[in-house]
Amino acid sequence: MLDFHKNHKLLVGTALFGFLMLSTFVALVPAFQIQQTQPLPSMETFSEEELKGLHIYVQENCMSCHTQQVRNIEMDNTWGNRPSIPSDYYYSKQRQDVWRQSPSLLGSERTGPDLTEVGQRQPGMEWHLLHLYNPRIVVKESIMPSYPWLFEVKEKSKVKNTDHLVPVPEEFLHSSGKQVVASQEALYLVAYLQSLKQAEMPQNPAVSFIPSSKEKEPVDNSVGELLPDGQNLYMNNCAACHQADGSGLSGAFPPLAGSPIVNDENPETLIRIIMEGYDARAEYGVMAGFESTLSDEEIAAIVNHERSNWGNSANAVTVDEVKEIRTFVNSQK
Amino acid sequence: MYIRKFYISLLAVFSHFPKVVFAQPTPNPDTSNWLASPGIIGTILLIVIVLVIAIFILTVKASAYFTQLQSRTERNKKIEFGERLLKMDETEIDTVLEKRKKAVSYRLSGDELGSNLEVDDSRGIIAAITHEPSNPLVDEKKKSPITIDTPFHLKKMITWYIGAAVFWLVFGTLIGQYLGMKFIWPEMDTISWLSFGRLRPVHTNAVFWGWASLAMIGLGYFVITRTSNTKLYSYKLAWYAWWLMNSSVAIGTLLLMSGINNGGGEYREYIWPVAFLFAIGMVLTFYNFYQTVAHRKIDEIYVSNWYLLGGLGWTIILVIIGYLPMYQDGLGETVIQGYYMHQGVGMWFMTFTLGLIYYYLPSSLNKPIYSYSLGVLAFWTQMLFYTLIGTHHFVFSPLPWWLQTVAIVFSAGMLIPVVAGTTNFLMTMKGSWNEISKSYVLPFFLVGVVFYFVGSAQGSLQAFRFTNFIWHFTDFNVAHSHMTMYGIITFILWACVYAILPKITGREPKQIMVGMHFWMAFIGLFAYMVSLMVGGTMKGLSWIEGKPFIESVILMTPFWLWRAIGGTLMFISHLLFAYNFFYMTGGQRKTMLNPKINRPDPENRGTIYQDARNETVTF
Repeated sequence: MLDFHKNHKLLVGTALFGFLMLSTFVALVPAFQIQQTQPLPSMETFSEEELKGLHIYVQENCMSCHTQQVRNIEMDNTWGNRPSIPSDYYYSKQRQDVWRQSPSLLGSERTGPDLTEVGQRQPGMEWHLLHLYNPRIVVKESIMPSYPWLFEVKEKSKVKNTDHLVPVPEEFLHSSGKQVVASQEALYLVAYLQSLKQAEMPQNPAVSFIPSSKEKEPVDNSVGELLPDGQNLYMNNCAACHQADGSGLSGAFPPLAGSPIVNDENPETLIRIIMEGYDARAEYGVMAGFESTLSDEEIAAIVNHERSNWGNSANAVTVDEVKEIRTFVNSQK
Repeated sequence: MYIRKFYISLLAVFSHFPKVVFAQPTPNPDTSNWLASPGIIGTILLIVIVLVIAIFILTVKASAYFTQLQSRTERNKKIEFGERLLKMDETEIDTVLEKRKKAVSYRLSGDELGSNLEVDDSRGIIAAITHEPSNPLVDEKKKSPITIDTPFHLKKMITWYIGAAVFWLVFGTLIGQYLGMKFIWPEMDTISWLSFGRLRPVHTNAVFWGWASLAMIGLGYFVITRTSNTKLYSYKLAWYAWWLMNSSVAIGTLLLMSGINNGGGEYREYIWPVAFLFAIGMVLTFYNFYQTVAHRKIDEIYVSNWYLLGGLGWTIILVIIGYLPMYQDGLGETVIQGYYMHQGVGMWFMTFTLGLIYYYLPSSLNKPIYSYSLGVLAFWTQMLFYTLIGTHHFVFSPLPWWLQTVAIVFSAGMLIPVVAGTTNFLMTMKGSWNEISKSYVLPFFLVGVVFYFVGSAQGSLQAFRFTNFIWHFTDFNVAHSHMTMYGIITFILWACVYAILPKITGREPKQIMVGMHFWMAFIGLFAYMVSLMVGGTMKGLSWIEGKPFIESVILMTPFWLWRAIGGTLMFISHLLFAYNFFYMTGGQRKTMLNPKINRPDPENRGTIYQDARNETVTF
């Protein structure tokens, strides 16, 4: 009966049939099932630009270094407010065209940061364009490749009104008297990156992080109050533009070191800028507000970090002060 | 509905497993004493095993060297003896010489063993006798005691398959080396075709489908004909497959560099028309292998051929499932991705390579395999366990929790085929350790087999939720994949190439070159592996502590440097391998021009002639 070693038909037949059955159980059935997932009601389809941007993202194989999945463990809380769920991928993981299948966005390596919420974390267009042109303009230690083929270096005289200029500092431009213009592809890609945000969940307690067993130790900010680590928060939320040493980037992001707003006796303007964003000065890029992403404690910690470093010295703020300003900001709406 | 019930009942079975199998004390990992976690301790132990084996090989090699030194002192003694002879007086010398003259001039009368009858070949065993061969090169090779008589067409084909594989190895690892350097100098170039994202799949696909696959199939042709005791079913199909597979990798490489990929799913980055070429090549190869076994001239199917046929058949199914679109929108693609990328490694490279070991290891030691039954057990458990574990690449992801658990449980189950296989190979080697000092074939096998155990067991440990918690998404994954695809597959393939090519071409490579190849590849791999493992662990811990992401990039700098250094050693060793390959096949070209001279027409003598004549089966 079971003479596998003498009957090649039986041997090959059994091996192939067994493998097919197991594959059906472990791959085909779950794949078909999970494909039934519907999008969340709060999710929107991609605009045409964003979809083109997604295709450029795939063309440059950004997935080889960037993940797009917030795992359900506490450490991934950095990358999103909630763990990713199958619905999140409804629009982004559709077949691209006849030749190319659904992009493998979840990724397997985090050589660079997770991008699930990069649109929330890094909303500014200027920042993205500079970063794509040469990541080391904005993050000195970055090892990401630069993408100069998504840009055009033009003579100043040939720049048209419709061109989107990128404020690349002199030292990163090898030729003087020229200006960097973003190509349509770069703008598509940035549109896609800006669209990356976790959709609002309609109350679903089933999705939450497995908590870390390690208690977060609050750092004593010498105000008598226990606040989260302001340096860490600054690095995660602000340093990409304002730089780790608060020096900013001329032509794109204002410096915080020595800034009169940061050093002002009254912290109200500073706190309001953090909450509401800022677009009052033409020479700098637009800053988006962090009202929804940062808590009062976190904002206080960041403000105190900014007001006590890089030669800045101003009195510390308390959580209550921040709370008061938040109430005021909310009442203005 | 029925199926869901089945899953639930299956899960119920799993939940009765002892906790160790799950290896998850709680879904709430505590990293304060991460060094004491079983997964980490296990991994460290496994790496120590590799080091111990390396020291063992080094010791044996060194002792062989000392033996050589010893023989030198013996030679000195002989010289002393000669000097003593010079001092002897005339009459003494005369008697000794007289004695010697007598002994030298002695001749056999010719009939000591029997009679004066004339030699008569009444059964026609002798095919042809010639004292003046028109092609001395062919005859000369026949005289070589290590040569195996192989049909010219088969020989040529194997050489071309391995030759193409060598090309893809050098090309693919050149790309890999370049990518490794980009971690240190990200501004090395700003050309779109050479950017990191586009080149990474070029590297992986070239070494997967170009190097490993072609080398495996080439080596497999020899196994399948020899163990079936017949000639290959069709040379033509084999050549078609060669062209299809090579053009698939070449076209795929160009498309990837120009930015056309299938969506970035690992190892299926070639768009489907390109993968289709490869798939046809696989189907032709499978059909060819299958028909050769079907026409075998012996009763039993040798265990190697189980693995070869299984590997080819499974991979064809795998590629079809991996590319069909109906279930691949949304996270369906991710389910398939986990399944596909793991089975690509497990059902194709690992299975087929195991089949090669079952033939080449015992035949190069000239002894039978330790246990046929263990090989059979490993075959079926390989199919059962390996197929179910793909989702362990997506632990903590939004994929169904039960699918992740099945993957983790069966990852632990992988120990069964791995232990069975390793035991079988090591027991086969037992008693032949002195071979290590004679050639580099056994050292290559030994490293490959030890990595088979270490790499696979480490992979099982890595699938646990705790170790996944620390290592997932870090460079540790890269270390693991090199430990397996390089430490296991590539080392075994080298062992097989060095075992068979000299025997069919009659040209031994220079031992010093093979030795340099071995040690540079081994030391390079070790530096590569350990640096990324240590760096990956530190990276994971840094993330868990919630430090800013950029700090984990900065802390990797020295480890990436060591990786590049290890990678350089590995790449240089591949150049040496390419040199050895040309050395082994170099003299062959002349004989290939005129293969049929002075040989009886095989067609008239039945098919057995081609493979089975004047050979004794060595297993």
